[in-house]
Amino acid sequence: MKTTISNELPSSSFPKITHKSSATSLASAIIQFTDCLILRNHQIVKADLVVQNGKILDPQKLFFNSKRKADIVISCNDAIIAPGFIDLQINGGFGVDFAHDTESTEECVRKVAKGILAHGVTAFCPTLVTSPPSVYHKVLPKLSFRAGDSEGATVLGAHIEGPFINIKKKGAHADEHITEFYEGFESVKKMYGSLENVRIVTLAPELENSGSVIEKFVLEKIVVSLGHSMADYEIGELAMKRGATLITHLFNAMQPFHHRDPGLVGLLKAGRPIFYGIISDGVHTHPSALRIAHCTHPEGLVLVTDAVSAMGLEEGEHHIGEKCIAIKGKEATIAGTNTLCGSIATMDECVRFFKEATGCSLEEALEAATLHPAQVLGIDKTKGTLNFGADADFIILHPKSLQLHSTWIDGRLVHSNPEVSL
Amino acid sequence: MRLIILDDVDRVAEWSAKYVLKRINDFKPGPDRYFVLGLPTGGTPLGMYKKLIEFHKAGKLSFKYVKTFNMDEYVGLPQDHPESYHYYMFYNFLQHIDIEPENAHILDGNAPDLQKECEEYERKIQEAGGVHLFIGGIGPDGHIAFNEPGSSLVSRTRVKTLAYETLEANARFFGNDITKVPQEALTVGVGTVMDAKEVMILITGSHKAYALYKAIEEGVNHMWTVSAFQQHPHTIIVCDEDATNELRVKTVKYFKALGEVHQQLIESNPVSKKGSVLSGVKGD
Repeated sequence: MKTTISNELPSSSFPKITHKSSATSLASAIIQFTDCLILRNHQIVKADLVVQNGKILDPQKLFFNSKRKADIVISCNDAIIAPGFIDLQINGGFGVDFAHDTESTEECVRKVAKGILAHGVTAFCPTLVTSPPSVYHKVLPKLSFRAGDSEGATVLGAHIEGPFINIKKKGAHADEHITEFYEGFESVKKMYGSLENVRIVTLAPELENSGSVIEKFVLEKIVVSLGHSMADYEIGELAMKRGATLITHLFNAMQPFHHRDPGLVGLLKAGRPIFYGIISDGVHTHPSALRIAHCTHPEGLVLVTDAVSAMGLEEGEHHIGEKCIAIKGKEATIAGTNTLCGSIATMDECVRFFKEATGCSLEEALEAATLHPAQVLGIDKTKGTLNFGADADFIILHPKSLQLHSTWIDGRLVHSNPEVSL
Repeated sequence: MRLIILDDVDRVAEWSAKYVLKRINDFKPGPDRYFVLGLPTGGTPLGMYKKLIEFHKAGKLSFKYVKTFNMDEYVGLPQDHPESYHYYMFYNFLQHIDIEPENAHILDGNAPDLQKECEEYERKIQEAGGVHLFIGGIGPDGHIAFNEPGSSLVSRTRVKTLAYETLEANARFFGNDITKVPQEALTVGVGTVMDAKEVMILITGSHKAYALYKAIEEGVNHMWTVSAFQQHPHTIIVCDEDATNELRVKTVKYFKALGEVHQQLIESNPVSKKGSVLSGVKGD
């Protein structure tokens, strides 16, 4: 009986695993992680984590009401257990790009979903940069929700970044496809086709008709994020009143903070709740800017990778699509130039860098990649938290190095890092 | 009655835990022979629970064949409320030891029929063969469990309306809002505890000194319910120095002189110097 579980659970990676009963499979067994520090209610606390059937259980209820105890007890030697990371903005990785590799979307999603398990990400929003309508019509229907398992992280639905953005803040987006809401929400429908799989849309609020468009998106339960924009503070504030709740990669592709016109950055102190994505890869946002953002509005901070296809590839030159990309250190550039072509940071690196750069608590660093993105999507009852009843999607980190030890989805081990032992 | 006077709360925690360890292990519990323990909540026994967990983790003590019965629980408070005694017992003790869930009993303050719940509780204690060792703490007014001043000394498990002083004292655990403090509790009776083969009461701190004085130097009085245990054949009171502040010097000296004998109650291989006064269940 034990061999079945041992296959699912490499015993060598934990200090001690005790089988209390002859449970046959990890999926139905009650597993108790003990001697661990867990992130719960904004605090790292010494407590056990008990999971069964893919959910986090209340061990007290289990004891008194169900008269049950764990079938398997796993000692973790003071390791940290946090909810799995959630990446709301990821364009691709491991050599593929969701907006470019449109002939093999399923394959691309599979590849990225699987690859990011090694970086502690258990749920993500595949992101499409500005593209022609044909791409949206073709790709969006294939970015539907998919529950995570050993084959990959949960696909939460798409984040569409553009094409309704300001050409003056296009960043790496293609000029020729950038457009406006000429026919209001009709333009949106024509551009994207079905919105069924869309969770987040990034738009520039200064575009004409954006007010009514934002309200329509909100009615469709799609999160409106402000970005790639020249908007001043007033326009940003108006967009928030209409229902925008997120800012896309703060500081990047927007007006810089000015004391007479604080722009979108000023929305951090607009007096109503707002979330903002931020890339803490050590390249796209200066550590000091990270610190300022964090000090100003820690509860709204959402770490995103904004990773491109080169994320997860080794150093050297890679031919991706029509481009040749050179990877050196933390930077990916167009080969032969100094032009940055996107982030290649992984989420676990972003969390560590963010903690280091801002000097924030471990709780804050972890929640910026777990609870906050879940709150953006309104899924924080089940994801981004280790509260009782939540999905058993979590990661185990080394208590000192914070290196990823293992990733779990639905209560099952889906990735284990042989280089980190507890 | 024995009175064990120790230096401080840590010594009280250690002594009482060692006593429980010894009573359980001497009993040699097994599948057909369960040791039955009565348990309190509150600040005083916390240290004892910590020690017992240590003993368990060190492999010196198993609760596999131990049944426990708690003294009391609030009425209407959700079990997962941090002030509920279910919560206290689970997080401070039960989850750390190897007791089987079906052997840990706590009165259900949310039962549809509270009267029936109390009767059932008495029946379950009977079925378990009675309590071998009931451990208790007391309040500054000398109450044991929720048997507040004036409770009958032959009372059984029942619903009890809490005294206003108790509500006031407990308000600090409920956001200083007295309206949030449960006004009723289920509690074992004085008579229920009296039925135990042995009773160990932990009393620490100068704020309980007057209650200790009432418990042992004055007569049996239902206004100080703990005094009833003067009439129990096997009562041990374990206290710290602070709690003896209201006792007579003579009383303190008498019991301190017995320190060596008392020490042997918790030693694994007691060697008698004065003969066989060491069975532990022998009264003075």
